[in-house]
Amino acid sequence: MLLSVENLGVRIGKVEPLSSLSFTLDRGEILGLVGESGSGKSLTAMAVTGLLPLIGGRIAEGAVMFDGTDLSKLPEDRLRPYRGKRIALVTQNPMTALDPVQRIGDQVDIMARLHLGLDAKAARARTVELLTRLRIPEAVTVCDAYPHQLSGGMKQRIVIAMALAAEPDLIVADEPTTALDVTVQAQIIHILGELVRERGLALMLITHDMGVVAQVCDKVAVLYAGRLAETRAVGPLFASPHHPYTTALIDCIPREGMARGSLTGIPGLVPSVMSYPSGCRFHPRCPRADATCERTIPETRTLPDGGIVSCHHPLGGDHG
Amino acid sequence: MLDYLIRRVLLLLPVFLAVSAIIFLILHLIPGDPVDNLLKVGSGPDARAKIEAKYGLDQPLIVQYGMWLGNVLQGDLGTSIITRRPVSSMIAQVLPNSLMLGGFALLFSSIMGIILGIVAAAYRDRWPDQIIMGGVLLGSTLPSFWLGLLLILAFSVQLSWFPVSGARGWESLVLPVLTIGLGGMALVARVTRVSMIDAASRDFVLLLHAKGLSPARIRLRHVLRHALIPVVTILALRIGWILGGAVTVEYVFARPGLGLTLIKALAQHDYPVVQACLLMLAIAVMLGTLLGDILQALMDPRVRSAMT
Repeated sequence: MLLSVENLGVRIGKVEPLSSLSFTLDRGEILGLVGESGSGKSLTAMAVTGLLPLIGGRIAEGAVMFDGTDLSKLPEDRLRPYRGKRIALVTQNPMTALDPVQRIGDQVDIMARLHLGLDAKAARARTVELLTRLRIPEAVTVCDAYPHQLSGGMKQRIVIAMALAAEPDLIVADEPTTALDVTVQAQIIHILGELVRERGLALMLITHDMGVVAQVCDKVAVLYAGRLAETRAVGPLFASPHHPYTTALIDCIPREGMARGSLTGIPGLVPSVMSYPSGCRFHPRCPRADATCERTIPETRTLPDGGIVSCHHPLGGDHG
Repeated sequence: MLDYLIRRVLLLLPVFLAVSAIIFLILHLIPGDPVDNLLKVGSGPDARAKIEAKYGLDQPLIVQYGMWLGNVLQGDLGTSIITRRPVSSMIAQVLPNSLMLGGFALLFSSIMGIILGIVAAAYRDRWPDQIIMGGVLLGSTLPSFWLGLLLILAFSVQLSWFPVSGARGWESLVLPVLTIGLGGMALVARVTRVSMIDAASRDFVLLLHAKGLSPARIRLRHVLRHALIPVVTILALRIGWILGGAVTVEYVFARPGLGLTLIKALAQHDYPVVQACLLMLAIAVMLGTLLGDILQALMDPRVRSAMT
C-alpha cells in the first residue's frame, strides 16, 4: 500500500478539526475525498503533504504511512525531500497558485532541476514536453509567459505539470476544478484520470462534487465535520450507500429525467469546529437519528465488501 | 517597456510646468519685499524703481514667469539678490553635498531596513522581532536634530572618531548619514516586515512549499520579491524628502546643502535662490516617482501588462 492514513487526528491550536480518519490508497488508484466545505478535506491534504505547520496546525494522533515511512513522525527537514519529489500537490485555485512575477517556464523547470538534478536546458526541454503532453498549445511560448497572461484552465494545467514534473508517486489534488468553468473542469479531470492510468500514480482527489467522484474515482472516503462517515469502493457506494450522509450527498447530484425543482439539498449546515455536536456529528441533520446518536459516537464497522461505515443506523439493513 | 518609459517621461512635462508655475507664484504671494533688504536706509522711490527694473520686478507676473522659465530652461537660474552670485553656481556648489548625503542615507536605510525587516518577519512575534520592532519604534520617534546631537556627543566629542561638522572628506559624511538613515531604516524595516508577512500568506507560497523548495529560498527568492514592491515605492517617494528634509541635519552638522540654502534664502527673501531650491526639490520628487514607477514595472509583469 502506497499511502495509508491511520486514525489521523489534526489539531490547530485548541481545536481538533479532524479526528480518527483512516483510509488507504495504492498506486494506479484514485481516491475521492468528499464532503461539504468545512468537513476537513483540505486539512487531510495538508496533513498528507506535511504542510500543516504552515497554517499553524499539527498531526496530534495517528499516522500517515507513505511507502513504509510514517510521515507524521518526520521532522521538517526530513519531510521536505518527500514534498514535490514523491508527493505533489495541486491546489484549489489556479488563479492564485502560481507566483505572479515569475515566468511559467521557470516555475515548472525548478521541479526537475531541484528533484531530478537536471540542468537548466534539460529541465526546460522536459517542461516543454510535459506541457505539450498536457495539451497546452505552443508550449515554448507559454514558458515565457507570466501567469496573468494565461486562462484559468491553462494555469491549472501548469500547476498539474508542476506536480508531475518530478515524477511523484502520489498527487494530492485539492478541489482542482472548483475554480474553473464547467467545460474546463471535465478536461482537467480527464487529464488527471489519464495520468493515473498511464503512469501508475496514486491520486487523492478532493472534491465536493459527487458527479466527479462517480466519473473517475476507484474509491471514496466521505468526510463529515472532521470525521469519516463512510469509505467504500465507488461502485458499491453509489449502488448502496450505508451512511445517511452519503445518501444525502448522492441525492444532491442532478440526474436526467428529474422533475424541475425536485433537486434536494441537505437541510442545515456543517457545524463549525468550535461547536461540533455530541455523539454522531451528523445527527442534527440526519433523518434516521435517535437518542443514541445524540449521546454516543458511532463505532466504525467494516463491511463485507471491505468498506468502513461509522453510523448507528446504517442503511442497507444487512447489519443493523 | 520603452513605450511606457517615453510616455511616462512626457507625462512629467505638464507636471513640471504646473509645479514651476506654483513655485513661481507662491513666492510672489508671500508677504515681504526683497527690495527692502537691498535699499540703503533713506533712499527714495527712484532707487527702488531702479532696483525693481533691474530684476524685472516691475513687469506683470505672467511676463516675469515667462522670463524666469525661459532662463531656467537654459540653465540660468538668475542672480541671487543677496549675494549677487549666479544662483546656478550656488546650487552647483551645494547640490553634490545634498545628493551625497541623501544618496548614502537612502542606501543605508534601504539595505539595513530591508535586512531588519526580513529578520523581523522571519522571527515574527518572537524575541528578535520584538527587539527589532522596539528599536524601530525608537528610531522613528527620535527627532533627527536630537539624534544628530547625541551622535556628535558620542562619536565626535567622546570618541573623536568623526569630525563634529563640515562637509570635508568621507568622515564628515558618516554621522549625518546615520542621523537621516536611522529614521528611514525604521520606516523601511516596518514596511518590509509587514509586506513580507503579507506576501508569505499568499496562496502561491503554500504551493512553493509543496514543491519542496527550501524555506530560505522561498523567503528570499519569492516572498521578498513581492514584499519589495511596496518598499521600493516608498523609497522612491523618499528621494525628494531626503534631499530637502535634511535641513535640520545640515543645520546640526553645519553642512552646506540644499535644505540649508533654502532656509537661509527664505529668511532673506532671496526669491531666485528660493525658487531654484524649490525647483530642485520638485524635480527630485518627480524623478523619484518616475524611478519608483519604472522599478515597479521592472519588478511586476502585471504592471507592465496593464500599461500597454
